[in-house]
Amino acid sequence: MSSQEKTRVVLLACGSFNPITNMHLRMFELARDHLEDTGRYRVVKGIISPVGDSYKKKGLIEACHRLEMARLATLNSDWITVDDWESQQPEWVETAKVVRHHADLISSENNSDDVDTVRCGKRRKLEQNTIICQSSCNINTKEDSPHLNLLCGADVLESFGVKDLWKPEDIEEIVGRYGVACITRCGSDPEKFINQSDVLYKHRKNIHMVREWVTNEISATHVRRALRRGQSVRYLLPDSVVRYIQEHSLYSVESEQKNANAILAPFQRYTSSN
Amino acid sequence: MAGRIPLVLLACGSFNPITHQHMRLFELARDHMHQTGLYRVVGGIVSPVGDNYGKQGLVVSKHRLAMARLALQSSDWVSVDDWESQQEDWTETVVTMRYHYDRMAAQYHNSKDPPTASDVPQLKLLCGADFMDTFKIPGLWRDDHVEEVVGRFGLVCVSRGSLQPDRAIHESDLLSRHRQHIFLVREWVHNEISATEVRRALRRGQSVKYLLPDSVIDYIREHNLYTQDSEMKNKDVKIRPLTMQTIQD
Repeated sequence: MSSQEKTRVVLLACGSFNPITNMHLRMFELARDHLEDTGRYRVVKGIISPVGDSYKKKGLIEACHRLEMARLATLNSDWITVDDWESQQPEWVETAKVVRHHADLISSENNSDDVDTVRCGKRRKLEQNTIICQSSCNINTKEDSPHLNLLCGADVLESFGVKDLWKPEDIEEIVGRYGVACITRCGSDPEKFINQSDVLYKHRKNIHMVREWVTNEISATHVRRALRRGQSVRYLLPDSVVRYIQEHSLYSVESEQKNANAILAPFQRYTSSN
Repeated sequence: MAGRIPLVLLACGSFNPITHQHMRLFELARDHMHQTGLYRVVGGIVSPVGDNYGKQGLVVSKHRLAMARLALQSSDWVSVDDWESQQEDWTETVVTMRYHYDRMAAQYHNSKDPPTASDVPQLKLLCGADFMDTFKIPGLWRDDHVEEVVGRFGLVCVSRGSLQPDRAIHESDLLSRHRQHIFLVREWVHNEISATEVRRALRRGQSVKYLLPDSVIDYIREHNLYTQDSEMKNKDVKIRPLTMQTIQD
């Protein structure tokens, strides 16, 4: 009954996932608990979208491995899935575009579930990854589309301030049109950061700060370091992922040197253009 | 790893419930002891404390043992032992250590002919940094027990966050005297997930997925462990070490 009044939410996490860790997975659980705890939301899906190889981050191993590890890690989850659209694009895709892509997909899936209340005579058969008809002739008598929120750590929010890393219109779109669920560390002051940014402040209602009371900072950087040194990473990532890494001998001194002299894709794109 | 001293790591504690954090202790300790070049870790033992310890929120040992076993099913070197929890009264750590050491020594003497002292693995107590601070709580430890745990056996202490086991050692003459028997392992991952936090989350209906194995989470749900009521258990009870008469052994 009351669940009909709740806004459905889909959480989308972009990132390297190099490799995926229990911390990444915890972010989803924490965000879901937080949003549902407000009584206003029902989180229906989680999407992990690993970045493409053309992001050119140092130490970034092939997307095929990162995807497979994320899939192994989410086998036991009934709501978190892995999506390869972003990593399959030939060039690096801005986060705003990834968010837009998934939001449109959700919206089309929602519309295609519609039965017989569409005013328009025709129902276009909708295929994955095609441009969605933003038809205003659909009567919204069905449930509203789930809202897409970008799920991220506070470091991502704070990275909005890094010169040439984000396009201002992208930031506006992500927080303004969609929304953000941001996991904040114990001891950090998220409200202060929002206050200090005009664009974040303007859309503060769309920014859900999920307080992580108990620190759980299993960084992928640390995991890769431990692996290079032959140290155990068991219980920091799911066992299936640990096994996969061992089987394929991922993460070595060599792999960490990948892209060592490359320029990160956003910097290359934004500073060279004007 | 020829020529190295064989070593078994024993972790005593509530394991209420066991978490990934606990299992990490073993992994970190093993890596560290191997890296000294002196040791070869041949086994790990999880020894949940008995119900008579009287700690607040402690669920019955039957469950804590079952959860630990589920968690360690996939481990090829760490196992769960129920001797301590099966004793009638709470057992001092040193007594548990003596039991396990004597058991291992007996095994080796039975299987080797002639037995050599160097074949029997050393036994060290595996603990977290907070454990080091317990030595200075009045009435909690007997001096001669600390002497034996640290001096005769040895400690492998895994620290994390801001806890500084160095300081605890520095502030204790006894511990300082046995500094060479205390191995400090640094956990660089800043991770404060504890069993206390897990119980809190469970009471509030929050997710604990990825903090402990799925099999343990399923067990907890099936048996409805960790509720407001379970946390109230032993609320006004003093933990056993503080009420025990000094036993002359």
